[in-house]
Amino acid sequence: MIREWLTQLAQAALVLGLAPLLSGATRTIRARLLRRRGPSVLQPYRDLLKLIRKEVVIAENASWLFRAAPYVIFATTWVAAAVVPTFATGLTWSAAADLIVIVALLGTARFLLALAGLDVGTSFGGIGSSREMMFASLAEPAMLMAVFTLSLFAGSTQLSSISAYMLGPQAGLSISLALALVALIIVSIGENARIPVDNPATHLELTMVHEAMILEYSGRHLAVIEAAAALKLVLYLSLIACVFAPWGTAVAGAGGVAYAIGLGAYAIKLTVLAFLLVLFETAIAKMRVFRVPEFLGVALMLGLLGTILLFVSRVPR
Amino acid sequence: MSQLAAMSMGVLLVLAVLGIFAARRPLGSRLIYAACMLICSALAGIALFALLAPPSPVEAALELPVGLPLGRTLLAFDPLSAAFAVIVNVASAIVSGYAIGHGAHAREPQRVVPFYPAFIAAMNLVLLAQDAFSFLVGWEFMSLASWALVVSDHASADNRRAALVYLIMATGGALTLLLAFGLLAGADGGYAFEEIRRAAESGVGPIVLILALVGAGSKAGLVPLHVWLPLAHPAAPSHVSALMSGVMTKVAVYGFVRLVFDLAGPPSWWWSVPVLVVAGITALLGVLYALMEHDLKRLLAYHTVENIGIIFIGLGLALAFEANGLGAAAALAFAAAIFHVLNHSLFKSLLFLGSGAVLNATGERDMEHLGGLIHRMPVTALTFLAGCIAISALPPFNGFVSEWLTFQAILLSPELPQWIPRLLVPAIGATLACSAALAAACFVKAFGMTFLGRPRSPAASGARETDGWSQSAMALLALLCLLAGILPGFVMDSLQPVTQMALGTRLAPQAAQPWFRIVPIDASRSAYNGLFVCVMILIGAAATALMVRQFASHALRRSAAWDCGFPDASPATQYSAGSFAQPIRRVFGSVVFRARERVVMPKPGDTAVARLHVELRDTVWDALYVPVIRLVEAITERLNRMQFLTIRTYLTLVFAALVVLLIIVGTWQ
Repeated sequence: MIREWLTQLAQAALVLGLAPLLSGATRTIRARLLRRRGPSVLQPYRDLLKLIRKEVVIAENASWLFRAAPYVIFATTWVAAAVVPTFATGLTWSAAADLIVIVALLGTARFLLALAGLDVGTSFGGIGSSREMMFASLAEPAMLMAVFTLSLFAGSTQLSSISAYMLGPQAGLSISLALALVALIIVSIGENARIPVDNPATHLELTMVHEAMILEYSGRHLAVIEAAAALKLVLYLSLIACVFAPWGTAVAGAGGVAYAIGLGAYAIKLTVLAFLLVLFETAIAKMRVFRVPEFLGVALMLGLLGTILLFVSRVPR
Repeated sequence: MSQLAAMSMGVLLVLAVLGIFAARRPLGSRLIYAACMLICSALAGIALFALLAPPSPVEAALELPVGLPLGRTLLAFDPLSAAFAVIVNVASAIVSGYAIGHGAHAREPQRVVPFYPAFIAAMNLVLLAQDAFSFLVGWEFMSLASWALVVSDHASADNRRAALVYLIMATGGALTLLLAFGLLAGADGGYAFEEIRRAAESGVGPIVLILALVGAGSKAGLVPLHVWLPLAHPAAPSHVSALMSGVMTKVAVYGFVRLVFDLAGPPSWWWSVPVLVVAGITALLGVLYALMEHDLKRLLAYHTVENIGIIFIGLGLALAFEANGLGAAAALAFAAAIFHVLNHSLFKSLLFLGSGAVLNATGERDMEHLGGLIHRMPVTALTFLAGCIAISALPPFNGFVSEWLTFQAILLSPELPQWIPRLLVPAIGATLACSAALAAACFVKAFGMTFLGRPRSPAASGARETDGWSQSAMALLALLCLLAGILPGFVMDSLQPVTQMALGTRLAPQAAQPWFRIVPIDASRSAYNGLFVCVMILIGAAATALMVRQFASHALRRSAAWDCGFPDASPATQYSAGSFAQPIRRVFGSVVFRARERVVMPKPGDTAVARLHVELRDTVWDALYVPVIRLVEAITERLNRMQFLTIRTYLTLVFAALVVLLIIVGTWQ
């Protein structure tokens, strides 16, 4: 019992500690692909430290919601990220929050962020919130459809069980899984504000979405929101890794060696996924805002198709 | 028990009569509302006792000495009606508490106060009825009392039109229910539910299902019979809107469940198909309509349509599972639907009460003229925010739990042997997911435009917080939303007698689960722990805040908004409700509402203003109602000529009609 909780807490701490590193890695890889040297991979840590030491400047008419939202957004994202298996399955918190809850927790965070964007009453905040909610209206169902596919495969909505099932001998290749994977990748790109949906490096552009919502934030509030955004990227990459590339993940209750192997495998998987993500980003141009619904609509249709195929192919008892 | 409940109902009717006189003074209306609050609380207690008490051997129904010559008038609670009575009366009690403070603002209280207790009494009569006659009397009484409340502000032409549409739809709905009960009772059957159940008239089930879907569905607001709802619900005073949207629609759901699950006999699998199709369309269209709406109360009313869709998705799934003998799955789907009935009664009442507080404080329902109220109405804003999170199906509030249970039921449906539901259910799942995400967008808009940003009108900048009664009522509802969300196991266990009665099976008791988690089917399959999630979020947020406090700079400076260096002092430069909905209007609305945008630009050099025209068509109204209205008008036009005939022609017509009828009767036999 205590060991399981320790594993769980270790994973929760791991994603938190790793999140800025992963953003740093994507930035460095991106810079190298563009033949720049780029900052150190540790730059996001320094940025966060610098931000929390700075004075907070908030708008005169900002309400308590504006000041409280960053912490709640961060906490919900963290709770969601903590139930995604990283180096070992069998997370104790899986019994409290399954994959549908993860999607919904991210929804809560997005809801509050969109409200925070509207709080000051500027046009940029509004544009960000409005577009974010429009993207979410397609990305969230697409994600849920992918979740349905995975759950129907594993006979469980708990991510730990799904991951354990994928590690086991019953899992095989399937069209539905492939469709779910594509859907999940598209959703990850959209939800993490990556190119071609949004540009994480943008500022002062009419096309920005996520950055527009957090435009009024500064200092420690901004630091907490940036940390939450980094956590979200870790969450999505870990999710894809633990379901579609479960190799090396330690099973519940395995010994220290297995955990060490799992940890190493996790690091390799994250690096590979981050590289693929950035490769895709550098190879493609940003879309117009109203092309994004089509892009995300593809994910929704693929997810639905995957689920329907599973419904149809299952022989009733 | 039933005597007590019937007595309370009688007291409510007496209050209605007293209301006529009491409404002349503010104190009188307050007393009437306070009495309503007490009696509703008592009724909720009675119903809760009837629901949870172990079924007594024979608690005879109360028989009233009035009624049809053939039938008897029976009043009693069974688990099904008791559960709905708890839901109805808890919400009614809190809304009455709100009305103690809010009702004082009514312009013509004598048009509201007498009908208010009558409306609540009628809803209780529908639930207490154990025979078709008293059910229908209660149903019609409920329609008429609420109609009177809708038309209470009769000076506005919109309200009069709303009342007319409502009256027509309510009449049609009651007619179909009358037919449904007639079919169930058969040619010489009794009208008591007990007799209908025993007789089990075979073969009428499908027709009863369709009639119930039309009759109860029109009251609940199923598309395409929803047209009256967004007109009528907002037209009434806000506390009545809360009752109509939060509570009366639940009585309609009760009517459907009573007819289809209790009286119509065992279902066959295809019954689920029309229910699921209509429910899916209702859920999606309802939220899209709501998103396009800028009037706060109409937005909430349209959103009721979406929630009714979610409830009926659960009911449709339950029908499909039950017909195939999948008891556990049916119990899960049904429990999800009933849970959502409770949830919706709580958060929709809360949101309507909040909109009433805003309306009182500013005189505005249009979100384009609101904004910034979070500073001036902090309690209303906080409770409204809780309602928004709950209704958007986000954890840790209650709306998420019922949606999660519905998703779990959907994930069980590959077990269904028939092809049509197996193809249909994933699509319904996608629709449900879509409508949940759109609901979040809708309530970001509702809360953001009303309470956040800068005031868009002088009325909004001069708003004052509402009175203590209203604040306490809203806070209580928000608290109940949170409690039902973090302790869902208790709610599910309390509602299990209903599932037991409707389906003959039930879910495993949730109280046995450790740490207040819920496990609908099997712990290895899925589990949710709202309390844990809520506590973790709070711990996480508090820990982060504490860490930041420890290590970060404490300096904080207020300054003008940055807005990328171009802040504009005019509140008109903020995003408005229309602009917030614009992306979604372009993505979904161009198909569903045939939305067109037209920009009128003056010529270069011309200083005239440029204008953006947005045109939305209500497709359902255009396709279904306009032809019917035209037809009725054409026929009446023709018939109008018969008004100016001579007495001879009239006599000939009467004679001819008599002959035709006699011939028909003759050939019939």
